[in-house]
Amino acid sequence: MIVSGRQGSQPLNIAGALATLLACQLAGEASVLATRQVFPAFAFPGPVAGMVLLFVVLLLRGGPGSSLDTTSRTLLRNLSLLFVPAAVGIVQYGDMLARFGLALIVALVASTVLTLLVTVGVFLLVAGREPEDGG
Amino acid sequence: MNAPVSQIWVYLSASPLTWLTATLVAYVAADAFAARVNRHPLANTVVIAAALLAGLLLATGTPYAAYFDGAQFVHFLLGPATVALAVPLWRNIAVVRRSLAAMAVALVAGSVTAAASAVAIAWLFGAPREILASLAPKSVTAPIAMELAKSLGGIPALAAVLVIATGITGAIIVTPLMNALKIRNYAARGFAAGVASHGIGTARAFQVSELAGTFAGIAMGLNGALTSLLVLLWLAFAG
Repeated sequence: MIVSGRQGSQPLNIAGALATLLACQLAGEASVLATRQVFPAFAFPGPVAGMVLLFVVLLLRGGPGSSLDTTSRTLLRNLSLLFVPAAVGIVQYGDMLARFGLALIVALVASTVLTLLVTVGVFLLVAGREPEDGG
Repeated sequence: MNAPVSQIWVYLSASPLTWLTATLVAYVAADAFAARVNRHPLANTVVIAAALLAGLLLATGTPYAAYFDGAQFVHFLLGPATVALAVPLWRNIAVVRRSLAAMAVALVAGSVTAAASAVAIAWLFGAPREILASLAPKSVTAPIAMELAKSLGGIPALAAVLVIATGITGAIIVTPLMNALKIRNYAARGFAAGVASHGIGTARAFQVSELAGTFAGIAMGLNGALTSLLVLLWLAFAG
């Protein structure tokens, strides 16, 4: 028996969504490389340039289709997973951290707390204190 | 271990499939544990999964390079995931537009605080110049931080480690800190997480709320750009 699709819902086109994301990243990497030909000191990650590009595409197209929407949500919901391989890499530099351990740990923790406080404080000061999202 | 089993292990331990599977299993286990303790900030999924895997590598005598042969497929997805940040950015465009001024000022303040405070504290502890140079870009996403550390005369590998450590620190601290301060503005909370602790902070923010994650993603991108610019200016005028 053939089950007809629910009305108004299309099958997910995951290949198309991934192709869009990868094409934007590729274009981003290419534009960063091209800029570096002119300004060798230009440090900017290709994927972030790709994000800007996709954002412009979304503005022009009036939003993502349901496939790109679902694929992006899925990727971002599992963003933590993607950092695991790099985090495992810390282990091989354990001696480097140990050598300057105290200075580095104090600098990292204190600076991170300070940065969070300054950023959130300034943001709220300029934005006004009305809650956004609430929950 | 008898001969056939050890032969199978010799084959498997060199296979990317083993370490790709191990990475996903470790993450699923870490995520299940985090869910059980109601997403307590200390139960950070990145930390738990990485600790499990690091222990496994140590126990089996597997070099990191062999592990990364398999794990690289997961690592590679960081690129498209970064591009995907454009989608929640587009969806929350109204809030983003209302917050442009707040973001601009908070970005400059946070970016300068992140670099200056870390360098100043480590300098007080007598850390040498190359350590300070590796520490300066610690709040920026890893690929930019490594470039910046190199151009400042630091050690790129150390910069990458400090970036990851900063990300984890911020991801663990941000929720209890903001709750203690009774800050309910999730745009502001997310933005701070992204400026202070880049992608790992962004990953944490997405676990808390999509709005926070969106602002963290914007902050991560902007802080990468601004810190690069500040380093260029530093090199031009002071270097």
